Formats: sequence, C-alpha cells, structure tokens
Amino acid sequence: MSAPALVIGLGNPDRGDDAVGLHVARRVATLGLPDVVVEEAGGDSLALLDRWAGLGRVVLVDAAAPLALPGRIHRLDPLAGPLPRDLALSSTHAFGLAEAVELARTLGLLPQRMTIYAIEAACFDPGAALSPAVAAAVVPAAGRIAAELAEGQGDA
Amino acid sequence: MATKTIRVDTLTRVEGEGALELDIADGAVAGVRLSIFEPPRFFEALLRGRAGAEAPDITARICGICPVAYQMSALHAIEDAWGVTVDGPLRALRRLLYCGEWIESHALHIVLLHAPDFLGFPDAISMAAAHGEAVQRGLALKKAGNEVLRLLGGREIHPVNVRVGGFYRVPTRAELAPLAATLETAHAQAIALARWVARFPFPEFARDYEFVALRHPDEYPLNAGRIVSNRGLDIAVADYEAAFAERHVAHSTALQSGLRARGSYLVGPLARFNLNHDRLGPSVQALAAELGLAPGCTNPFRSIVVRAIEVVYACEEALRLIAAYTPPPAPAVPVVPRAGVGTACTEAPRGILFHRYRLDAEGSILEARIVPPTSQNQSTIEDDLRIIATRDLQLPEDELRDHCEQGIRNYDPCISCSTHFLRLEVRRR
Repeated sequence: MSAPALVIGLGNPDRGDDAVGLHVARRVATLGLPDVVVEEAGGDSLALLDRWAGLGRVVLVDAAAPLALPGRIHRLDPLAGPLPRDLALSSTHAFGLAEAVELARTLGLLPQRMTIYAIEAACFDPGAALSPAVAAAVVPAAGRIAAELAEGQGDA
Repeated sequence: MATKTIRVDTLTRVEGEGALELDIADGAVAGVRLSIFEPPRFFEALLRGRAGAEAPDITARICGICPVAYQMSALHAIEDAWGVTVDGPLRALRRLLYCGEWIESHALHIVLLHAPDFLGFPDAISMAAAHGEAVQRGLALKKAGNEVLRLLGGREIHPVNVRVGGFYRVPTRAELAPLAATLETAHAQAIALARWVARFPFPEFARDYEFVALRHPDEYPLNAGRIVSNRGLDIAVADYEAAFAERHVAHSTALQSGLRARGSYLVGPLARFNLNHDRLGPSVQALAAELGLAPGCTNPFRSIVVRAIEVVYACEEALRLIAAYTPPPAPAVPVVPRAGVGTACTEAPRGILFHRYRLDAEGSILEARIVPPTSQNQSTIEDDLRIIATRDLQLPEDELRDHCEQGIRNYDPCISCSTHFLRLEVRRR
C-alpha cells in the first residue's frame, strides 16, 4: 500500500479569491479519493515545511496574484526549478509560499513529489465571495488534482 | 552641482510599507527621512463606537506578527477603565501567551530577517545553503512559539481566545504537558541560537541613547510595570501622555513619538535588557555574560543577541509558568462596563505598546489612542541612519544601502503587515 498523498489548500477564507485554494481542497475532499489526505492551511507558510518534509507526494492549491485571466489554473512543479516570480504566491507577512518552497529546497526538505496549483485571482476584498471566474475554476482544478493523483497511484 | 539619485525598489526583510530617503549634498548627509505608513490611526477612528470588550480582537488585527501585544495592551487598558483585576493563573496564562509571541516573533526576525545581514547573504533562503542547521533551528523555535499561541489563543495568527476579564477557555494541565516538552527542546535550541548570533561580526557603533522600557518589581517586563529610562524617567503608565508626545512629520503618515523633555528614545529588546538585566534570572544572566553582553550595551547592531537572549528567557519563563499552573476556577472574572478612562502599556517584541481608551457608561469606546513601538523608535532609527550614512558615505552605494538597511533592521520595524515594501532613495547633490 502506498503512503497517502497530502493535498493542502491554502488561503484566507475571509479575503475573497484568496480562499480559492480552500474551496478546491474541500472539493477534493468530497471526492473520497483513496489514500489522499486533505488539509487546509492559512497561517504561517513556514509551518508547511515541517508538514511536508519527508512525504512522498504533496499537492498545494493556492491563489495567485491577478495576472491576465482570473480563474486560469497554473500547474507548477517546484522540483523542476524555481517558481515563477510573476505568479507572486505571496503572503501578507514576510514569507509566502514561494519563499517557503525555496527555503525547503535549500534545506532539502521538499517532499519527493510536489505539485502546486495556482489559480489566478481577481479580488481580495475582505468578506467577499469568490469572484465568478475564480469560482468556476474550483471544480476543474479539483478534477485535475484527482486525475493527477489517480495517475500517480502505484508509483513509488 | 552634481546630483545623483539611487533608487532601490524593494527592501526586503522588514514588516510593512515605507520608504527611506537620504539626501547627500556636498559630500555630507543633509537629510534622512524614514517615511512609514502605519495603520493605527485608522484603527483609533474605527474603534469609536465599538464595545470596549471588542478592542482586544479589533486591535489584534493591526499586526499579524505581534497580535498578542495588541490584545494584551487593549485588555489591560479596558480592565483598567472598568476596575477589573486579573490575577493568579489567568494572569500567568496571559504571560505564557506573551512568551509564545516573543519566541515566534524574535525567532522569525533573528534567523530569517536579520541574520543574513551579518553573514553577507541577500536573504535567508541563500543563507540556508551555508547555515541550514541554524535556519532549521530558527524555524523550530518559531513553530514552538506558534504552538503556544495555538494552544492558548486558539490559533497561531490573530488568536481569538482572550477576553476582557480573562479567557474564553483555559487549558488543562494535561493539555499543557506536550507544550512543556516542545518548550524544553526550544530552550536548548534558543541557547544554541544565542551562541550562534553572538559570534557574528558586529559593526563598531555606539550612541548615548535614552532607553525606555517597562520595569516591574520582580519580573522581566511583559504585561506590567512602570515606564522607566536610563535618564531618570520613572512614571506610571497613566502618565505616559504627559511625558511623551507624538508629532506629525511631513514625510510620514505615521506620527513620530518623542519624550517631551528630551526628544528621541529607544524601545525594544536593547532597552528592556539594559533596564531589566537584574530580572532575567541567574541562568539567563550567565548566558548573557558568556556571550559578552552586559547591561549598558549601546550598540544597536547587538540587539540581535539581546533578542536571542530574550528567546531563551521566554522559553524558561514559559516552562516555569506551565510547571506552576493550576487551572483557575473560572476562565474569566466578572466584568461590569462603566464610564471611565483606562491606560495600559505592555512590552511588544519590538518595545512598549501604549493604549488608552475613554469609554461611556455602557462600555462603548468614545476615544482610543494607540502608540506602537515602531513609531516610538522612528526618529531614533533616523538618527542612527544619519550616523551610518555619514560614516559610510565614501563606500559604494550598494554597500551604503546595505548598511542602512541593516541599521533599520536592528529595530525589527513592524511597519505594517499589509505589505512588505520599502523604497530607499539616495539623492546626491
């Protein structure tokens, strides 16, 4: 039996599209995938290093800074190279996800396989709901994560 | 007259938004302006009309790194106005929560924000390649501090469990046991951290500062004490506004604080250490001595060592509080709102944080005043920068800029938690 994969949704539930990672994670959780653990995180990005260190497979879902197309889903493989800076997976504090990933890379604390799904956001207003284009990305993003994890089953 | 302007768009490793401008004319530093944009002014206005009991949770939102400081100053000020005394285990739990914040805030600043300056790295990520063990130690310490906030506060950022009169829920002894184990490990890591930073190369720098900190009869100050200085200031917290004034400066939306009698002053770890060394306890004092740190230290670059010493102290103190803990009969004492004015000052990781509230008979806030440590240090930082820039004027501009940034980071300025952006501008004429 393979070790469970960990899916972590990141974001602040009260800041509009920043919550999209949480929505995707909840959607993945409803799919009842075997050997998949789903968690939500919203606080300290640096705490993620401990959470994922030594794991076989981790999928992160986060909102990305608005670019050209709200709701566009980017799939990133941090093991392949540094994260693109223009996606600005930043935090309101000194360290965001991109910094946490790079720090983990330097310290040798990345999991064996990691995928980041970054969804372009449009609005971070306090108390706002997901904007329509971003909300429309939740089901497709969860589907892509589920498909990827299903494909990966049986891998080491 | 030749004019030269250097712009640095992003100064990282500070909390908040602001700008630094250096004017250099005829080979001398003509002006230093640290412009910062602080949210507390808005908070003071939006607090009006809110219930006094809401002040701790509303003001906690001013800062994601030091929310406990805002909660504590707000709680004590409202309790002061309403004649509420919180003592015994409830007081001890507040002190424990504050220790957690010191640990996480100091560990973040020491290892991830400030240490790269001394070791010649642009950031903690590149530093981690050469100093991986130290970075991991810093991360573990930050996590231990966060763990205290999570257990006592309900969550690590913007805890939600404190209230006027006490807490919503208090932990059992059994719940604190795993935290003690975490803090035992953290204590050893903090000592190693302190020994690591004490070996850094420190620039020669000394100034005759007026240090201002709380002073308590028998504790290293966190939640309570009189406001004292090394130049004879010794006042009750209620007299803060008689001794200190805020002034508006044209280049900043934040007000700058000064002593009415003598102007700029320094708050934070260096001030606390110098004024309260005798309250640290023998083991922490011995460690400070081993690291060559004695009260009377006037080199702000060594504040990183003092911060590390305070992490050791906070771990020790947290362990002492947990060992002595017996759950109180109720999670909070009764509170009856009434009209009045309340003040409080507590020691945020970056220095004293003053709150004053005027409340009506129903307990609604009529007026609020908040003076954060960074606005108190602002003019002292400018004075330091004037000296650093004058000394280093002949250096290449990137080195001059680096030294100025390091000088700012000595104060761990928590400029605002909404963004982290500081523009440095050097104008040479």
